[in-house]
Amino acid sequence: MSTQTELANRAAELSARAAELADFARRAAEATAPVAQVVEPFLLMLTIFLMACFVGYYVVWSVTPALHSPLMGVTNAISSVIVVGGILAAAAAESDAARLFGVLAVTLASVNIFGGFLVTRRMLSMFQKKKG
Amino acid sequence: MATIATLAYLAASVLFILALRGLSHPETSRQGNQYGMIGMGIAIVATILNSGMDFGGFVLIIAGIAIGGSIGTIIASRIQMTSLPQLVAAFHSLVGLAAVFVAAAAMYSPQSFGIGVPGDIKGASLLEMSLGLAIGAITFSGSVIAFLKLDGRMSGAPILFANQHKLNAGLGVLLLLLVILFVATGSPTLFWMIAILAFGLGFLLIIPIGGADMPVVVSMLNSYSGWAAAGIGFTIGNLLLIVTGALVGASGAILSYIMCKGMNRSIINVLLGGFGSESGVAAAGGNADRAPVKAGSPEDAAFIMKNAGKIIVVPGYGMAVAQAQQVVREMADLLKKEGVEVSYAIHPVAGRMPGHMNVLLAEANVPYDEVHELEEINPEFAEADVAYVIGANDVTNPAAKTDKSSAIYGMPILDVERAKTVFFVKRGMASGYAGVDNELFFRPNTMMLFGDAKKVTQEIVQALQR
Repeated sequence: MSTQTELANRAAELSARAAELADFARRAAEATAPVAQVVEPFLLMLTIFLMACFVGYYVVWSVTPALHSPLMGVTNAISSVIVVGGILAAAAAESDAARLFGVLAVTLASVNIFGGFLVTRRMLSMFQKKKG
Repeated sequence: MATIATLAYLAASVLFILALRGLSHPETSRQGNQYGMIGMGIAIVATILNSGMDFGGFVLIIAGIAIGGSIGTIIASRIQMTSLPQLVAAFHSLVGLAAVFVAAAAMYSPQSFGIGVPGDIKGASLLEMSLGLAIGAITFSGSVIAFLKLDGRMSGAPILFANQHKLNAGLGVLLLLLVILFVATGSPTLFWMIAILAFGLGFLLIIPIGGADMPVVVSMLNSYSGWAAAGIGFTIGNLLLIVTGALVGASGAILSYIMCKGMNRSIINVLLGGFGSESGVAAAGGNADRAPVKAGSPEDAAFIMKNAGKIIVVPGYGMAVAQAQQVVREMADLLKKEGVEVSYAIHPVAGRMPGHMNVLLAEANVPYDEVHELEEINPEFAEADVAYVIGANDVTNPAAKTDKSSAIYGMPILDVERAKTVFFVKRGMASGYAGVDNELFFRPNTMMLFGDAKKVTQEIVQALQR
């Protein structure tokens, strides 16, 4: 008889402990959830960033050395995609400062976009094959 | 609407990758450049449509694009190809400054980018913001110095002072501390302190680097402008900026690596600067016990070249300075009429930016299939009757292969000495940028043609026409 009660007591103890652990796990999960929410988009961005680095690495090595100047022209023009940030800032009606900085960024980046693509086009148009 | 914008950004990213991919061959490159323009157009339109801005904001943005676009168009259509390196440096500075402005906008209006409210921005966003800001600011001031040096508005000589590197390292540590404090507090004062310190650091990092090392600097700043864009992309959570920034950053890093390899120097060695500042000392000694050089006249050169079977032209930056590319092409045309085979050999570090000589030759209507890279053409010098070296020096110096004590030892060079006759067009006997004597001048198969690169070549053209 005594062994049976002992067993029952131990089972009860174990279940109480399990409940305690479950509660602990739940609290731990609750505590980390906001962190995970913050970390996840960052990890996603980091993944995409690293993948893009690899794509850039392989694509740029395949560029012929004769076109390294136009390569700088094009990369210069596309890095001005930062204009996107300027547009979003200029759209913000809440802060005049942000709007001013946004418009300035848009203007500077536009110089680069038009200038970069056009000067690259000029360079590339000069590269001609031997006639005949 | 946000989904459509994301898809548009994806399309733009793919088009940007195709723009770079197109540059693997001149035939596909023009198409590639168009892909780039389309990608940029898509990105701008999608952003404007998705931003939900009021009419005032729309007008401001269109005005900004119109003003900036006109300035860019005018500059790009007027610039001379010899001034390309300084133009690119100037453009890099604009990307850097734009990154600073976007970071500032995110600081004052974080809700526009969904990263918090003023005074309470997420810590991770503050870190990303300060990185984008610092890299952008360094890119800006560094590019301004590179522009001034390349444009000759500032001496190309390295500017050195005592404890320079210690000062820079100290400022770097200070910058790091400010970033940590900024992330902890989010204070706008700290934001501007980081900006000012980074501007100063960019300035100090570039001044000790000499004019002829500028190809590496321009490539490196190209890389920085990409990383700055990526940093801003992380701050405002924009995938297109992140992808493009990574592409550009990788591209600039590869170009810097290629340039350093072309000089057999490490990037650290270039960045520490001071190279070529003792040129006078090295040039003064050494050539006392040498055989006298053999100088020739343009007529002699014309006669030998007319009777040659194969000629390789080796152009360097001196050709661009003398604006001699057009007349070099005329000379090649006349020789080709005589049945001579003419090709061009380009060293990776010739010119003031990667690929600069190729563009200058293309501008002078030299077909690109006659222009060859170092590895490709080096075996051909042994079969060549004439190597015509114009405005190049260090990149032909055999000491790089044999003399372990030479400053340029280990640098890959063009094997011009294997040609039957070497013509060296040069103004005088001064040593090249590296301050090293070129033993090639004293070889029996070398003939010096003293004078201005353009004038000498013009005289050869006249002699050939007779």
